[in-house]
Amino acid sequence: MPAFNFVRASFYQDSVTLMRLSRDMEAVPGVTAAAAMMGTPHNRELLQQAGLLAPEGAAAGPADLVIAVIADSPAAADAARAAAEHALLARRAIAVGNTTAATPRTLTSALKILPDANLALISVPGAYAGAEALQALRAGLHVMLFSDNVPVETEVALKRLALERGLLMMGPDCGTAIVDGVPLGFANAVPRGRIGLAAASGTGLQETTCTIAREGEGVSQAIGVGGRDLSDEVGGLMMLRALELLAGDAATEVVCLVGKPPGAGVARRLADAAAKLGKPCVAYFAGASTPAAGPWRVAATLEDAGRAAVALARGTTPAATAFTLAAAEVERLVADAARGLAPGQRYVRGVYSGGTLAYEAIDLLAGSLAEVATSLTTGGSGHRVVDLGEDVFTVGRPHPMIDGRVRREWIDREGRDAGTAVLLVDVVLGYGAHRDPAGEIVPAIRAVRARRPLAVVASVCGTDGDPQSRAAQIATLRDAGVIVMDGNAQAARLAAAIARRAGAR
Amino acid sequence: MALLGAAPRVVNVGLDLFALTLAALDVPAVHVDWRPPAGGDPRLAALLARLDARRAAIDRANATALERLTSGAPFLVDCRPAREALELPERTVLHSGPPLPWERVSEPVRAAILGAIRYEGWAANDDAARELVERGAVRLEPCHHHATAGPMAGVVTPSMPVFVVENRAHGTRGHATINEGLGKVLRYGANDDSVLARLNWIATEAGPLLGAGLRALGGIDLRALMAQALRMADEMHQRNLAATALLTRAMMPGIAQVGGRHHAVARLAEFLAGNDQFFLNLAMAAGKSMVDPAGGVAGSTLVTVMARNGTDFGIRVSGCGERWFTAPVNMPQGLYFPGFGPDDANPDMGDSAIVETIGLGAFAMVAAPAVARFLGAGGTAEAAAMTAEMREICAGEHPHFRIPALDDRGSPVGVDARLVVETSITPAINTGIASRRAGVGQIGAGVVRAPLGCFTAALEALGAE
Repeated sequence: MPAFNFVRASFYQDSVTLMRLSRDMEAVPGVTAAAAMMGTPHNRELLQQAGLLAPEGAAAGPADLVIAVIADSPAAADAARAAAEHALLARRAIAVGNTTAATPRTLTSALKILPDANLALISVPGAYAGAEALQALRAGLHVMLFSDNVPVETEVALKRLALERGLLMMGPDCGTAIVDGVPLGFANAVPRGRIGLAAASGTGLQETTCTIAREGEGVSQAIGVGGRDLSDEVGGLMMLRALELLAGDAATEVVCLVGKPPGAGVARRLADAAAKLGKPCVAYFAGASTPAAGPWRVAATLEDAGRAAVALARGTTPAATAFTLAAAEVERLVADAARGLAPGQRYVRGVYSGGTLAYEAIDLLAGSLAEVATSLTTGGSGHRVVDLGEDVFTVGRPHPMIDGRVRREWIDREGRDAGTAVLLVDVVLGYGAHRDPAGEIVPAIRAVRARRPLAVVASVCGTDGDPQSRAAQIATLRDAGVIVMDGNAQAARLAAAIARRAGAR
Repeated sequence: MALLGAAPRVVNVGLDLFALTLAALDVPAVHVDWRPPAGGDPRLAALLARLDARRAAIDRANATALERLTSGAPFLVDCRPAREALELPERTVLHSGPPLPWERVSEPVRAAILGAIRYEGWAANDDAARELVERGAVRLEPCHHHATAGPMAGVVTPSMPVFVVENRAHGTRGHATINEGLGKVLRYGANDDSVLARLNWIATEAGPLLGAGLRALGGIDLRALMAQALRMADEMHQRNLAATALLTRAMMPGIAQVGGRHHAVARLAEFLAGNDQFFLNLAMAAGKSMVDPAGGVAGSTLVTVMARNGTDFGIRVSGCGERWFTAPVNMPQGLYFPGFGPDDANPDMGDSAIVETIGLGAFAMVAAPAVARFLGAGGTAEAAAMTAEMREICAGEHPHFRIPALDDRGSPVGVDARLVVETSITPAINTGIASRRAGVGQIGAGVVRAPLGCFTAALEALGAE
């Protein structure tokens, strides 16, 4: 068989590098022997002795690379040459997490390290978030934009671009998502399953997915779209896309939609999209007194949305549930809590870390109590709930789901207020959250309760699979005398019941 | 069904706790050590966003410029007087860096220029020489305007021999003077009789002999030589020991062949043997021949020239052709010879940053652990970090200049002005440190950073198009 030589002029390579190439070339069908060497006189002699030298190689100089192949056809020889050059020129794949590589400083540079990345998770300050997201979309990446404070016109532009390119633009202000089983942002450890969710609410999605997990079902996809997506300005651009995706997703049998009440135009388009799902659909619209009508089953609370989705998946009839505890047990908790309160202690004071959970709480309180403040940042003198995740509280400080300091301050503050009968709190678990959020606030709760009798009612949004373990967090709270309810809605209802009892005396 | 079409592979930009979660769950993820782009300057961030809108076109232009930059095939072919090789007119003095008026020329560069005027015999003393410059009877021009790269002061006059390097891939030529050695030398601002005597010997004996020998050899492949020297722990700026040895080995047969008087060959051999940095000028001439073809690609943000003159730092960007963008040059940080310190140092100077422009020098720092201590106490680890950092602002990796310590990855090459402005990482340049006083010479060596200002100016010019 003939020898074929290919010469790359002035192409210095170390012999160690070149020796590895023989193996690559000899793996090519039709090739019986191969070598790559610099064209020094000594190397040319070696090639000659091995029968690998052809006239081209014989004319090469010491700085020239000679690729020499014995093959049954010119095509096979050329394939071997290509294999060698590929091995030479291909950038070595860099192991992810390679400690010798410096951390990249830009998205551009990160994509050199992970060239087949398909999603950018962006959580930079809002002023910069739009530009980063735009860059990621242009690079062909799906985006989850955790950041808030992004102008609404930027959001619309990003979402339009994403739709043009067939990409997801989750956010801005998208706190959580579970994509193909991968938790993004603040998300909980929930099993994979047959319920698909699309949500314009971070903690709303967490509360719903955790309820589903506790009820023994799992999640196919949980797509966050950002808190403003259902507004008329954004027009539900990404929610509609998410519903399309869930419609086409074979693993999704039931769809669950979570968000704030949609604008009128958006509600119509949502109803059209839901009608095309071909799958049962549950919807929860936070704080909507007259929920948008559509081909979905409306749930009154996040817990109910989760339970309804589970019922639909199992082919049973969903039913609204005020309490998962027996009525007598609820009565005992209310009576015990109200017993030690002083006459002036009449109000529920919510100190929250989760925005939608706070919103749901105030909504439920307003349903059964008078004197309920509507603002989540500046309460009146009656019943009130603060959402400490709001910007006014987080300027220059970490989010209360990451750090408990602001919450301890507010628990102490509300605990000292003469009118406080019940402290209502949420404890949000999951990836990204503090490793012991209950432990973070328990010292403040103990201090408040040591001063005078006071009811503290909590719910824990999470699962036992979460890094913090829901069971362990509940134990920590109960050990401090906290009444822990099964979900946020039940906690709010119980708090309201205690306040009513206190006010009735 | 995979929602994204494939299993999630994530780039995390912002809070690292999200990346830690993904890592713990074995999801492929890369965390970006994000900082506000352009140091948080909203005007520059807006400029970057505007440029990002035409990213595809810019990336294509940069790929063209990068291909030209990295495909250069420099061959050392000759050594002839600048008068012939550059067609340098009489009464012209070349200097390093961007153009500047005499009033702004720093002391060591002034001393070198005045010394060169005396060397040419245009004036008998420094005062007379200064008078010639001041009334325009002697013209000052940048080396870069004459296909030349000049180390430190970079002074070239017509009778000085220059190496001729031919880029056989693109037909351009680059030139540089013969390295004078260490100690009291013109390029560091020394200009006494011993300096001029050496220059005379170079012009009358060493230069002609080198030229004859090189012509007899028909060309030495400098790219292959540099690739090999890089594997022998030279980065070709701070350290040229292996490259000089390889060059000497390659040249000596030619020099022996053309003969000449025996004692002249002996003197040249002794000079080469005693000058570890001899090759630096060849790397620069090769660099000049390699960078010029990369210039003038419309829309490209690739940096084709970085040069200093002891007062200003100047760059050229491919898309802006031969236009200079300048900013005040920085002070080098480094190690000093006994008896000298930072207070004695002149601001940085020389065209030798062309070595970094082609992906060597500080960009290839990890390849040269022996000179890593110039970076500070960290040594090898800092050298690796330096190369990794330069990768952040480069458009590609050099296909020929490969680094064994990085499993043969190419050295970072092709500084992209967009990435410099976005990250605020400015190119690092290995450098010698000259005394700020005339006549003293080299007082140390270290590293200098290019000033950000010239990159933002270049990007603004490109963004205005």
